[in-house]
Amino acid sequence: MTTEHSSDQATPPAPRFNANDGAFTRFLRTTEIDPRLLGMVGALLLIWIGFHMYGALVNGFGAFLTPRNLWNLSVQTSSIGIMATGMVLVIVTRNIDLSVGSILGFCAIVMGVLQVDILPQYLGLGHPAIWIITVICGLILGALIGAFHGALIAYMQIPSFIVTLSGLMVWRGMAFLVARGETISPVDSTFALLGGGPYGAVGATGSWIVGLLACAAILWGLVSGRARRQKFGFHVRPIWAEATVAVLTCGSVIGAVLLVNAYPWPKGIVTQYAAANGIEVPEGGLFISHGFAIPILILIVVALAMTVLATQTRFGRYVFAIGGNPEAAALAGINVKAMTIKIYALMGMLAALSGVVASARLTSATNALGQFDELYVIAAAVIGGTSLAGGVGTIYGAILGAFVMQSLQTGMVLIGFDTAMQQIVVGSVLSLAVFVDNRYRRSRK
Amino acid sequence: MTDKNVTPLVELKDISIAFGGIQAVDSVSLTLYPGEVVGLLGHNGAGKSTLIKILSGAYTKDSGEIWINGKKAEINSPRDARDHNIETIYQTLALADNLDAASNLFLGREVVNRFGMVDNAFQEAETRKIMARLNPNFRKLKEPVSALSGGQRQSVAIARAVYFNAKILIMDEPTAALGVHETAMVADLIKELKAQGLGIFLISHDTREMMELCDRVSVMKNGKMIGTERVEDVTEDDILSMIILGKNPKREAA
Repeated sequence: MTTEHSSDQATPPAPRFNANDGAFTRFLRTTEIDPRLLGMVGALLLIWIGFHMYGALVNGFGAFLTPRNLWNLSVQTSSIGIMATGMVLVIVTRNIDLSVGSILGFCAIVMGVLQVDILPQYLGLGHPAIWIITVICGLILGALIGAFHGALIAYMQIPSFIVTLSGLMVWRGMAFLVARGETISPVDSTFALLGGGPYGAVGATGSWIVGLLACAAILWGLVSGRARRQKFGFHVRPIWAEATVAVLTCGSVIGAVLLVNAYPWPKGIVTQYAAANGIEVPEGGLFISHGFAIPILILIVVALAMTVLATQTRFGRYVFAIGGNPEAAALAGINVKAMTIKIYALMGMLAALSGVVASARLTSATNALGQFDELYVIAAAVIGGTSLAGGVGTIYGAILGAFVMQSLQTGMVLIGFDTAMQQIVVGSVLSLAVFVDNRYRRSRK
Repeated sequence: MTDKNVTPLVELKDISIAFGGIQAVDSVSLTLYPGEVVGLLGHNGAGKSTLIKILSGAYTKDSGEIWINGKKAEINSPRDARDHNIETIYQTLALADNLDAASNLFLGREVVNRFGMVDNAFQEAETRKIMARLNPNFRKLKEPVSALSGGQRQSVAIARAVYFNAKILIMDEPTAALGVHETAMVADLIKELKAQGLGIFLISHDTREMMELCDRVSVMKNGKMIGTERVEDVTEDDILSMIILGKNPKREAA
């Protein structure tokens, strides 16, 4: 079946064009690129270029669009980004989770105690299994705390705002009690790699492998998706549109690889590394690429897994059905209470994973770790188009939202704005973003 | 058609349910035979929808028994009802407005592949087929159902009941929100399904429509069953007086 017979009932019509649509609108429709995704990427690029230009013109040095800054930006965004993917599901089901920052802090402290005080007693200091046991225990702990919150919401029928507000205070206090307010340091050396840093990155070759695998997966996805649509006689994109999507996505991946590989290790680390491995440092210095930092790889894996979960599985379908109409979901045989517990358990586990990244990055677990993170996580999800009314939200949007917030903060630091100014700007952008998104959505109805 | 030698599809025996002191359904019994349409009439708050929601698993009865095909059935959730091939079209349609037609059609019964992934392409293809039968003008398969007209939304809700081979169909005011043309389409569908041997419970306020579509009508008032009559045996006025006065004129006369 071809798409020319748009009047044929068995074949859905090709996207219809209005006569007054511009060339760009038609381009978006044919390539099926989500205009909101494009809008968010555009806003992000605008912020980046804006800060860079401001630095270049006013301070005489554009520090934003450098491999070093963008690499650091990616690492700094990971922790919030990981939690934001879970917050999307929570908010989509018309709930909220204010406790993620405290769960992060509590799990990080428990993991700190476990790997610094407890496990070395039995396994010996620096045992290779320490970090694995620590991470697994931390994730289970986070999931249990989340499930407990979920159970209070689902079965005790306490509003999620209240349950997680309690959680915000309770788990922060518990974190203090566990370590008597002390900072636990240094964490296990393998565990510390999960937080990034020169050693906590996969290097140039590793990054190329990751990048090429990603490209292969994208191409396979496009080809198999097309074949499947053809099998059922659905409308398929013209070949040029498929090619455009392939070039854009693979191009971004390759660009990211080139970027992270362009950021070399600092001189001190190179000298240290060369001395430790008996390498002679040549005259011009040794160029060792960072490559992708492990935290950003964790974020990417989480983002992919959560996207599949949200869009391709029954679980995800039920999350959105509950958000759209809880009564209808229950009448369709969905166990809304059990779903609430699962969603909060997942959120708790992601908060614990962020705790791994955040404490590994500092190589220590402090009592204040993750404080106010809940606000940034919720803001990231909302900037990314998640509606507090429920039923609407995307994983990629939340991650882009996290990048937008982190970019604003980093950018203002680079051009020399103080903390007060940063808070004012980030706060204003939150409302502005939701306003623009609402306007856009209303205009499409 | 209401031959007593045939096993009833559904027998509701002395069903009662109370909500905080209010006896919403009070010891009501009702039967439904294959290929029969039974209409439920009564004022708002008479207990029709509550009775029907007990059968569809949305509420759990306080007392009484439900027999399906001559066997005692326990229906404690919508899933149990579906397992007995009971499908319900709710007055509110019970659609998730943010999802598309296919996702709503298969909600709670998604078709998954061997990796546990929802087979969206298959679901969309099946939705297209059944919608082509029920509502040939239906095109907006990719849009959230909030973007559809009342009639189109209704046809999604009906498709959900029809697609999964219901034996017992419950329709709660299926034509309340529809135009003349769409109401006629629903009437035709009811006749077609009846001819296929389904048993249908129909709730409506339109007495004339009920006289035309139903084999028997039951009237409820204040949670009690006033009476069940074959439509041939009563006039529209008889039914109206049952609804309004809560008395069965035929029985009174006898």
